[in-house]
Amino acid sequence: MRLTQGAFSFLPDLTDAQIRAQIEYCLRMGWAVSVEYTDDPHPRNTYWEMFGMPMFDLKDAAGAMAELDACRKTFPNHYIKVNAFDSSHGWESLRLSFLVQRPKDEPGFELMRAEADGRNLRYTTRAYATTRPEGKRY
Amino acid sequence: MSAPESLPLDLDALYRDSNVHAALEALDRDLVGLAPVKTRVREIAALLLVEKLRRSVGLQAEAPPLHMSFTGNPGTGKTTVAMKMASILHGLGYVRKGHLVAVTRDDLVGQYIGHTAPKTKEVLKRAMGGVLFIDEAYYLYRPENERDYGQEAIEILLQVMENQREDLVVILAGYKDRMARFFASNPGMASRIAHHIDFPDYSEEELFAIAGLMLERMQYRLSEDAAPALREYIAHRRAQPHFANARSVRNALDRARLRQANRLFERRGAPFAARELATIEAADIRASRVFRGGAGEGS
Repeated sequence: MRLTQGAFSFLPDLTDAQIRAQIEYCLRMGWAVSVEYTDDPHPRNTYWEMFGMPMFDLKDAAGAMAELDACRKTFPNHYIKVNAFDSSHGWESLRLSFLVQRPKDEPGFELMRAEADGRNLRYTTRAYATTRPEGKRY
Repeated sequence: MSAPESLPLDLDALYRDSNVHAALEALDRDLVGLAPVKTRVREIAALLLVEKLRRSVGLQAEAPPLHMSFTGNPGTGKTTVAMKMASILHGLGYVRKGHLVAVTRDDLVGQYIGHTAPKTKEVLKRAMGGVLFIDEAYYLYRPENERDYGQEAIEILLQVMENQREDLVVILAGYKDRMARFFASNPGMASRIAHHIDFPDYSEEELFAIAGLMLERMQYRLSEDAAPALREYIAHRRAQPHFANARSVRNALDRARLRQANRLFERRGAPFAARELATIEAADIRASRVFRGGAGEGS
């Protein structure tokens, strides 16, 4: 099951040239770009691991692309996303976030049912991958 | 024979279209003297223009390595030329953004194990698309301490200088003799630097012309007898220790402005013309300690 999270996730995966162009756009808007990775793709998992510090004061996408390449080399089979943080007053939050790498094989999510009081059903989802310990999931 | 080979090519049009034209003119106009430096900058600009033209007709054109080393005494204009170089390279499309990131050892080298690499990489990332100017680069290498982290910074620099040539241009700057020693002990660095540019000291005449340019920019002028006083000051100051070329001239002018302001303030009761606000008198210059044999710098 193909994970759809963040911007552009219903489009085909972005090429490097497209990623570079998106980062150029972020830098033009004055946002700080950062790279994050995870192997726990649950939609409610908002805390992905940071790969290095957010990159403030970048002028050119080459710096962020170099960081992204380093992250891909270290975690060739993880989910990786690029975030753009707007530090201007009143925003102070993420303005753009998009996936730039996904594992080759994505088993998807299991729908889990739990019977609660009065035979009510409660539903939750769990990534099949998370049965295995961190770092051995994909 | 293919058709393009016989077509006349317009190098001049390319020159006029790129904003390199303005940058080269600014270099000539704003910087006094420095003939060898200007010649070299022109040569580099010509090379890049021809490369661009070669590419346009399908000839093989590999971006030439453009890492440089600027050597010279303090105040000879290394940083200023580096800034102009950034805009020239940007005008020629060699670097994408054309900004200058000026750093020293402190910005690159960390204080404990594992601190240097992220620090150096961050500076490199900021400089990408522009020019990285490393002032007093020889401090990166400290042979007396074999566990110095400077070596680590040099290795990361070398790697990026080699592999990401299209992303940034590195300019190393410093005193001539110490840079020579730095390159002797880091042959990898020396071989990756294509252009060694030496900045000569200014002559007295050039220093006076520089003072003229500075005053013009600050909207001051010298009174009739202040001009010879300034010439005399420069001659004296040049012979003294810690002389830093254009920087010393700038400091001298700043102090002259201070004295001029004080002089006007002292006689604030009497009315004076607006012209006097912009005039530096001989007395403002002759009050300097340099004329009494003392050093000119400092308080």
